[in-house]
Amino acid sequence: MLLEPIAQLLPAVIEHPFREGYVRSIIYVSLYVSVTAVAFSTLFSLPVALVMGFSEFRGKQFVKSIINTGMGFPSVVVGLLVLFAVSKQGPLGAADLIFTREAMIMSQFVLATPPITAISLAAITGVNENVRDAAHVLGGTRLDVALVVIKEARYGIATAILAGFGRAISEVGSVLIVGGNITSSSGISKTRTLTTAIQLEARQGQYDTAMLLGAVLVALVLTVNAIVVRLGDEGAMR
Amino acid sequence: MPIQRRQFLATIGAGAIAGVAGCSNSGGQSSSGAGVAGETLTLTTTTSTYDTGLLDEIHGDFEEMYGVTVDAVAQGTGAALESARNGDSDVVMVHARGLEDEFMRNGYGINRRDLMFNDFVIVGPENDPANIQGMDSATEALTAIAESESAFVSRGDNSGTHTKELNLWEAAGTEPGGDWYQEIGAGMGEALNNANQQGAYTLSDRGTFISQRSEIDLTILVQGPIEGGPEILANPYGIMAVNPGVHENANYDLAMAYIGWITSPGAQDAISNYEMNGEQLFFPEAVSEDPNFQQYVPEGWSSNSTDG
Repeated sequence: MLLEPIAQLLPAVIEHPFREGYVRSIIYVSLYVSVTAVAFSTLFSLPVALVMGFSEFRGKQFVKSIINTGMGFPSVVVGLLVLFAVSKQGPLGAADLIFTREAMIMSQFVLATPPITAISLAAITGVNENVRDAAHVLGGTRLDVALVVIKEARYGIATAILAGFGRAISEVGSVLIVGGNITSSSGISKTRTLTTAIQLEARQGQYDTAMLLGAVLVALVLTVNAIVVRLGDEGAMR
Repeated sequence: MPIQRRQFLATIGAGAIAGVAGCSNSGGQSSSGAGVAGETLTLTTTTSTYDTGLLDEIHGDFEEMYGVTVDAVAQGTGAALESARNGDSDVVMVHARGLEDEFMRNGYGINRRDLMFNDFVIVGPENDPANIQGMDSATEALTAIAESESAFVSRGDNSGTHTKELNLWEAAGTEPGGDWYQEIGAGMGEALNNANQQGAYTLSDRGTFISQRSEIDLTILVQGPIEGGPEILANPYGIMAVNPGVHENANYDLAMAYIGWITSPGAQDAISNYEMNGEQLFFPEAVSEDPNFQQYVPEGWSSNSTDG
């Protein structure tokens, strides 16, 4: 394969300007934090979107507009709110979460949930009424109907999850504040992500290494997108 | 006195349990390992200290010696002190004596030590439009920049360097303002790049300037005291523990172990041996034959004054 030497060379080139294992560890932290946050967001958002898609209640438009506003919530503000919550003086202070990955997951959860909920909701409401009725008429329970709708809306839901993931992994404001951008003295990341590492390089005026890390981040997001789309296609063939 | 005996037994029991718990906690460590082994020390410090790489270089020794982890968080001096004020860090290393003093006066910080120093330099474009090259007064240089309205980049981020810059303007009796004066709200590296791109002057700590010199066209126009410049450009670093009387969950033991270690001859040697591009970045000042009582208290404090 032509690609093999490139694949072998690539990590060496990326690690080259940095200390051994540094880039690998920040990629790991980035993925760990964002994937966990998005998983929790999805578990929370999908039921909310289903309930909202299936029912009519007073104030539904209001809830919708709150969710839509949440999509534009600045990450720095979310970071500050989470900081107040997890700071030793805050309500969750006793849990000792400040400057940890768990605190970063919390803030990314807050950031990723609105887009996932809003886009899933749009996808679910977009499923043809007839499909829903058919599932119902064929004797499906509420759960069956929900599953049918999720299956029909899967592309929209996948887009929702990817949008949430994109928001989570690319934000820098909140993880910097609540995570603290920490590495160990041997250069292995504890709470440093690709975005905060890029910010650090830029702060020091090392624009070329910052660009290199930026390229890694873009490649990572592309890969995750490709995997999710691929999974969606395979799901469709079954 | 049966009750007393029961209490005695209870105390012994509790002691035994604590002892056993201690053993199981340090399992895997040598039995003589320090009681702090496995704990984490959170240090908030300034970006200009962190970005030189000094801490990564020297922390390995401390971590090995005590079997602990140091989480160094780089923030501006203002933010570093604020984190400590909220109880989110155990020890602070900053360079803005006025803010440190306020921090101590408010009861948040204790056991301050002078740690090390370097100096600030005024850098600018080689063509030097305000003609400040070689001036031996920093305030005169700033006045000249203001009078010629030459572009000046200010950190504008409440960092130690920003605080120093504002003090210098005040000492010069000049109120900076106008199009030529730009507060960019960013770190030192960005400020240098910004000044470089628009041919502006800026105040920089020597360390960051040395580490970036190869990539920018700015030169040192007014030297700091290390190279014979005015004393007003000195940049002393202090270290303080967070007061466990205010924040009872601050890791005070480990903070004091850290302060003890970093002010010890060994660590101070490591600081003076740390070089970047062949130049020494920091000059240790914790180890001295002579007493320096002012390092422990807010500047100018004396037990005779009514100042609390």
